[in-house]
Amino acid sequence: MNPQPDFALRMRAIHKRFPGVQALSGASFDLRPGEIHALVGENGAGKSTLIKILSGVLSADSGSIELLGQPVTFGSPAEARRAGISTIFQEFTLIPSLSVTANLFLGREQTRGILIDIAEERRNAMVILDRLGVSIDVDAPTSQLAVAVQQMVEIGRALAGQSRILVMDEPTAALSPQEVQRLFSILRELAAQGVGTLFISHRLDEVISVADRITVIRDGITVDSRATREYDRRTLIQQMVGRPIEQEYPKTQTTFGEISLEVVNLTAGNVRDVSFSAREGEIVGLAGLMGSGRTEVVRLIFGADSAESGVITLAGRRVKIKCPGDAVASGICLLTEDRKKEGLVLHASIRDNFALPSLAQWSRLGFINQVEENRRFETHVLKLNIRISSPDQHAEDLSGGNQQKLLVARWLEKDSSVIMFDEPTRGIDVGAKHEMYLLIGELAARGKTIIMVSSELLELLGICDRILVMRRGRLAGEITDVRHSSQEDVMAMAV
Amino acid sequence: MLGVLLLLCVLFSILTVTEQYPTGAEGARMLFDDVMSKTPPTTPIITITPATEADSAFSIALHERLTASGFRKSLIIAGDPQAVRNSLTQLADSVTGSTIIATTDAFAPIVTSIKQQIPSIGSAPVVTPPSYQWPTFLLPDNLRNVANQISVIAIIAIGMTMVIITAGIDLSVGSLVALCAVLVAWIIGRLGGQSASTSSMLVACITSMSMCALIGVFSGLMITRFRIPPFIATLAMMQVAAGLAYIISQGKPIYQIPESFVCLGRGTDPLLKIPVAVILMVILYVLAHILMTRTTLGRYIYAVGGNAEAARLSGVRVSKIILFVYAVSGLMAGLGGVVMASQLRSGAPTYGLTYELYVIAAVVVGGTSLSGGEGRIPGTLIGAFVIAVIQNGMNLTNVESYTQKVVLGLVILGAVLLDQLKQRRFRMLS
Repeated sequence: MNPQPDFALRMRAIHKRFPGVQALSGASFDLRPGEIHALVGENGAGKSTLIKILSGVLSADSGSIELLGQPVTFGSPAEARRAGISTIFQEFTLIPSLSVTANLFLGREQTRGILIDIAEERRNAMVILDRLGVSIDVDAPTSQLAVAVQQMVEIGRALAGQSRILVMDEPTAALSPQEVQRLFSILRELAAQGVGTLFISHRLDEVISVADRITVIRDGITVDSRATREYDRRTLIQQMVGRPIEQEYPKTQTTFGEISLEVVNLTAGNVRDVSFSAREGEIVGLAGLMGSGRTEVVRLIFGADSAESGVITLAGRRVKIKCPGDAVASGICLLTEDRKKEGLVLHASIRDNFALPSLAQWSRLGFINQVEENRRFETHVLKLNIRISSPDQHAEDLSGGNQQKLLVARWLEKDSSVIMFDEPTRGIDVGAKHEMYLLIGELAARGKTIIMVSSELLELLGICDRILVMRRGRLAGEITDVRHSSQEDVMAMAV
Repeated sequence: MLGVLLLLCVLFSILTVTEQYPTGAEGARMLFDDVMSKTPPTTPIITITPATEADSAFSIALHERLTASGFRKSLIIAGDPQAVRNSLTQLADSVTGSTIIATTDAFAPIVTSIKQQIPSIGSAPVVTPPSYQWPTFLLPDNLRNVANQISVIAIIAIGMTMVIITAGIDLSVGSLVALCAVLVAWIIGRLGGQSASTSSMLVACITSMSMCALIGVFSGLMITRFRIPPFIATLAMMQVAAGLAYIISQGKPIYQIPESFVCLGRGTDPLLKIPVAVILMVILYVLAHILMTRTTLGRYIYAVGGNAEAARLSGVRVSKIILFVYAVSGLMAGLGGVVMASQLRSGAPTYGLTYELYVIAAVVVGGTSLSGGEGRIPGTLIGAFVIAVIQNGMNLTNVESYTQKVVLGLVILGAVLLDQLKQRRFRMLS
């Protein structure tokens, strides 16, 4: 049908070696003009390395990159950008205190003489934002914008630089379902204007619904690249992990015990009068749109933010929680959404990270029993199958999945009776997700009460016993018959 | 950083190699081994020195060695040239031509000229301890001096290291040194002045140091409770403490302190003659190192500096940790003030001026990151010694004091730069 496609971009036989690990060994990839192309693969497969090479952050050991048929090499991100390839990483590069306009034109200010032509920049900023369908104050500092809007500004920046190729690393990780829809409709519009998009995502349903083509990378090699309609979810997962996966959401049946956690009229900020209870061995999901207050609820229970009013009862006993320290002491723990900002001490060793809340358990008069500490650490590393090179390795050097497991190990050691997860599978790959589901099931089987916040409805429907749905800070409904409910049932309550 | 320190030591050792003229007991031993051990014990020996402490040590040590080896006729003359002349004249009749006159190198020319005016001993040889080539930098006295000079800054740097590991900074330490020194002197003045008892001196020290710790706690409260940046909170306390020091002392040094108070600052141990302040410093470093590496508190300090929010969400009571480090910083600055008051036997509001900058430099040169979460207590000690050795070395090689400042600044920059490069290479390898 299309024997000689006109490629906007071709990467051929890319090799990249880091000390001790061959990250890429012959990865290839091509992008047609105006195409939305998804790059999928497990963590460590080499997706990030490939896009870092494409964006000029890293340089390849061997292999070729062709842009519109011309061979190119990028020595720096600036060179790639000048060649028309704009990359938007998960950590945005906006300057929070500068205005939207200033950010849009940062590094290529429109000038008249030696002065910045502010009027011209504002006019152009409005044109660009209009093209993206966002209506925001171009003079507002970007720190005041929601994450999704900041992302739009990042895209706007690429457009301001006349980029023809947009590269996005996990663009939907921090977005709500509607925001994701909006992002993709904008990407489609840009595609119609000839802008090609390459994006990495772990959310396969998204990938399947939006991408024109999918390239699968495994162990540093491109294993498959086909039009999306030739895939279904199951075959895609098999291609990624290289073996068939029996069940995506393993669900263990447990018998529930006594009511362990009871929350009555929890109120603070936009969270109003939230009341619910959960039993031992029960997995309770908290669903809702972004900003509906689901994360706030678990943070309030944990004492991370202070509640205006509300009563929390644990195993029939009323507890006073003023700070996370109180919560941890009474047997509640929270795995936060943002591993890097709110979970790990990145520059500290993984052993220290593991031990942080439980130190006192193996200390006497404040002196740490390091032998005992190592013993417990080793036990959890083995049990959770955390891949580490040494206990003294920095936490930042672990992959996302292993970081998440490390945090789970931290709270397992603490042996809390109520374990709350906020987006436990965000940004981790299929294999690690599977392990996480098994682990959550095992904890429930051991009589722990699990509260789980997630924006992936399939995940909630797959592993929870009951789902609470939030809307605008209040509990809007409850799904008790999880097996016979669909995403639409949840969304109907959430919006 | 240890490498840099050793390099500096080697450099200054080479640069300061000079002719050394031994004095004191050491000089006596060398002179005896060199001359008297080959002399028959019947020879009369007259040891002539000025009447200072070091010179008396020389003559007494020599006399003791001589009598122990069977020399019957060993005499000591101590005093100024006039007194020496008188004594020698009186002795002139009883001494024979075979008499040996022993003295130190510095006093030898005077002794020679006096002796030539007295005919009966005009031909007697004048002997001095043998000189030898050795780096002045490596003389035990100089090394003790280096350690003693830096002890105050090194002690304060313990607290500063902890503060900086929590990603904070404490600018008030210099002023706290002054405040504590003045406060100690003032309280001792109230409790009897020159004739104050040991217990009242102890009360003065503990009260003043507690006061400094409290000021640290106050800074900590401003930082945790009201979220004032550490730089600003401690900058304010720096002014407050400096002002209080001037108010209490009315702008003048306070001298009414008993002689015994100097034992902390000027005393030494009887065996190796290591200054008391240096011993105190070493003990505190050992304790602080254990605290930071072996205790939960230490681990929490690193965690708070590495990621305060993650630490809080792990159940660490972050505010208490921050209060603790600022209290320790204040306490250590107070102790520094006490040591300084003891060294100088007075308390003046000008003490500790710009010390905060030297202390921060020591911490940073020692490898602690200003962005928090990383750093080691022994590194700080090395950092302090890098600064001490540079200053001492430049003094010994007669570098002008203005030039010294320039060099010191550049060396601090160079040391940190070296550390950065090393870390970058390490990152790339790992």
